[in-house]
Amino acid sequence: MAGVLLADAQNLSILDPAGPPAESIRGLFVLVSAITFGIFLLVEGVLIYSLVTGRRRAGPGDPEPPQVYGSKPIEIAWTAGPALVVFVLVLLVGRVIWEVQPDPDRPPAGAEPLRVTVVGHQWWWEYRYESYNGRELGFVTANELHIPTGSPGTPRPVYLTLQSADVCHSFWVPRLGGKTDLLPGRTNQMWVQTDEPGLYQGQCAEYCGTQHAHMLIRVVAEPPAAFEKWLAAEAAPAADDPAGRAGRAEFLSLSCVNCHTVRGTPARGTFGPDLTHLMARQTLASGTTPNGPADLRRWVNNPQQVKPGCLMPAFALTEPNLNLAVDYLETLR
Amino acid sequence: MATAEAEPAAAPAAATRPPWTATLHGWVVTVDHKKLGILYVLMAVGFILVAGAAALMMRLQLWAPNLALLPPTTFNQFFTLHGTTMVFFVGMPLLIGIANFAVPLMIGARDMAFPRLNAFGFWATLFGGLLVYFSMVVPGGPPAVGWFAYAPLTENSFARGPGVDCWALGLIVSGFGTTTAAINFAVTTLSLRCPGMTLRKVPFFVWVMFWTSVQILVVMPPLTAALVMLEFDRQLGAHFFDTQAGGSAYLWQHLFWFFGHPEVYILVLPAFGMISEVVPVFSRKVLFGYEFMAAATAAIAFISLGVWAHHMFAVGMSRALDLFFAAASMLVSIPTGIKLFNWLATVYGGKLVLKSPMLFALGFLSMFVIGGLTGIILACAPVDLQVTDTYFVVGHFHWVLIGGTVFGIFSAIHYWYPKATGRMLSERLAKWQFWLLFLGFILTFAPMHVAGILGMPRRIYTYGPGRGWELWNQLATLGALLQAPSYLLFAYNIVASLWKGKPAGDDPWDAWTLEWATPSPPPAYNFAVVPTVRSRRPLWDLKHPDDPDWKYE
Repeated sequence: MAGVLLADAQNLSILDPAGPPAESIRGLFVLVSAITFGIFLLVEGVLIYSLVTGRRRAGPGDPEPPQVYGSKPIEIAWTAGPALVVFVLVLLVGRVIWEVQPDPDRPPAGAEPLRVTVVGHQWWWEYRYESYNGRELGFVTANELHIPTGSPGTPRPVYLTLQSADVCHSFWVPRLGGKTDLLPGRTNQMWVQTDEPGLYQGQCAEYCGTQHAHMLIRVVAEPPAAFEKWLAAEAAPAADDPAGRAGRAEFLSLSCVNCHTVRGTPARGTFGPDLTHLMARQTLASGTTPNGPADLRRWVNNPQQVKPGCLMPAFALTEPNLNLAVDYLETLR
Repeated sequence: MATAEAEPAAAPAAATRPPWTATLHGWVVTVDHKKLGILYVLMAVGFILVAGAAALMMRLQLWAPNLALLPPTTFNQFFTLHGTTMVFFVGMPLLIGIANFAVPLMIGARDMAFPRLNAFGFWATLFGGLLVYFSMVVPGGPPAVGWFAYAPLTENSFARGPGVDCWALGLIVSGFGTTTAAINFAVTTLSLRCPGMTLRKVPFFVWVMFWTSVQILVVMPPLTAALVMLEFDRQLGAHFFDTQAGGSAYLWQHLFWFFGHPEVYILVLPAFGMISEVVPVFSRKVLFGYEFMAAATAAIAFISLGVWAHHMFAVGMSRALDLFFAAASMLVSIPTGIKLFNWLATVYGGKLVLKSPMLFALGFLSMFVIGGLTGIILACAPVDLQVTDTYFVVGHFHWVLIGGTVFGIFSAIHYWYPKATGRMLSERLAKWQFWLLFLGFILTFAPMHVAGILGMPRRIYTYGPGRGWELWNQLATLGALLQAPSYLLFAYNIVASLWKGKPAGDDPWDAWTLEWATPSPPPAYNFAVVPTVRSRRPLWDLKHPDDPDWKYE
């Protein structure tokens, strides 16, 4: 229903599934809603009927109505009826539970699975690309998850291994499937898959602290060729653009490197998002603002203004230092 | 001398009305179950106004995308306090308070079994609540962890100030109060019933309170244990939930929900009992299917102890556990359905008296069913994976807790207020209160279900534009503004009617249980002569000697 009203990228409705788990769940949701709506109509109908007739009967000074203490057959009937409904529902639920939960060790025949480890951080997402169709990948990126779309005969399931670096989070992209939590000290599995290219949004769904509201998820589903191109670009080390040389030295001398990695440079921090291909991302700060030179400058200058409470402090850089650092970051395509 | 002359004149007045300090002293040191019941209710009314104001502020913050009315931390503190307060310092005290007042009267007892323990229970609850609110003045302010306070967000690494300590210690203290109240109800019901009142003949509300007490006794200790473990972590360097040192975030969730889900039934079972008293009296019919209702109550109390992990489907347990907890959760709907159908059968064929207690009871009957049905939707584990931790869940549990618990409580207060005070509440104000609440409640919480289906998670202090969430949030905020005055009207009504209310008399509703056989307000000893009963409706037997109940039971 929201699909009609909203641009697809802004549509997060569970009623517009774009992948198998989300589709199975919608089917179950619609069915259970229909059953419960029927019960609702029945109950409200009986209540309203009793109310109207009960009001009509009432009058001052009337003797009490007949006292009915109960009825065994009736009680048995309205115990057995709901019990039957519950029995059927449990069977249905069991089937869908098995449908939506992944078995990463046994992808369907002909599939080209992508495996990514997702690490939740306060308040951003780390994506470690492990392998694609059996090929080792081994690079790290952040906040925007790129996945390949399936083609006829070749499903491309994406198996996510979910972990947390600090507190509990939950990975949820409504159009692709239900949510699964990321618990520190535990490893969870999740499965998404789609044949429709596009941007699928979601966000962290387990309260995780101050900026829980700005831990947004962007999943970019691309046709296999485009996805391969993106993989090649992401796997490469950071660009060494002559335009950014002066800024690079400045950046490497700042405390940025304690938390951030730029592959191919001495910056190897792991506390914050990997910046190797920062400018290839559409947003900053886990979807808080769009990514562009002005936004980037504002963010580096004072993250607390953009995302109050986030764990990146404002470093009070002088104007020239800020310019140099941002110039360098802009070369990281 | 002027004073000497004034004294004789003042003396007679003092004899009829003691100075306010003496009255206050009387209320503070009281061990009378009726006064303690009233104190519980007054305390809850105070807390409901505070926690309700927090809810209103949050609704205003969510009125439009990217508003900055509340900073993120303040918003997070507000929803933590709102949830904690409504569950521990509004919901439970109201139910325990009303039961405190009513149970001994209904079973023909002179007081609770342990009057001093009863007083301890009230004061522990009150001071526990004040301890939680003491976090307002500590460095860092109140906790910002949510009412279920998932570890390790509550550990020192993530919650540095003493806010979480105030919260945990406050809940431990009030937990002792709740536990003693449960012991008291159980013992009172088992040992202080008047002659002739076998366990099969107790008024339905008393039966329900007995099972609620059993539940409290089973699930409150695990919560207390979990909170003590948390304090060990925070204050003594233990690592139960400290995941960075090998503790378990998963363990906290199990311990919390083993308490947390039965807690929902602790909050709603007593309301079932209240409705089971009000609906018959105002339909002028005996409760349909008492035995089945009684069995269903016990069934709910048992089954609900085995459903807690339906809050944890997204935690990644296993397929088998998911199916087990989904099935167990759906099983609860069977006894709950039995109750609902029996209430409907009681109303059916009755002669309805639409006074305020019945109005709220009808609000309960028409609305609680919706919360129950969305509960069935949530029990379907895969559907839960989509809608858990979204506004769909927020809409669902408010539907249960307001559509069920709050309507039940208002029904009970309007029913027993004349007994407690000797005065009638204003019916006109009560009707305004009802309709504002009824419409405001629907307008607040129905749109939340839609927002959840459209992908809006709960506990976010703001959201971006263009996702189709604005309209539903605005409707919810308007609904909250519509509801708010109903609570104020209620607070005004219960105070003003003390002076302005019509005298109630002993039995204003022409009811059937023992509390209506003693004066309003009842004397400290409740009954001049301990009554003897032969049926579940002793006053029906008295009023209809030609056709008494005991012939049929």
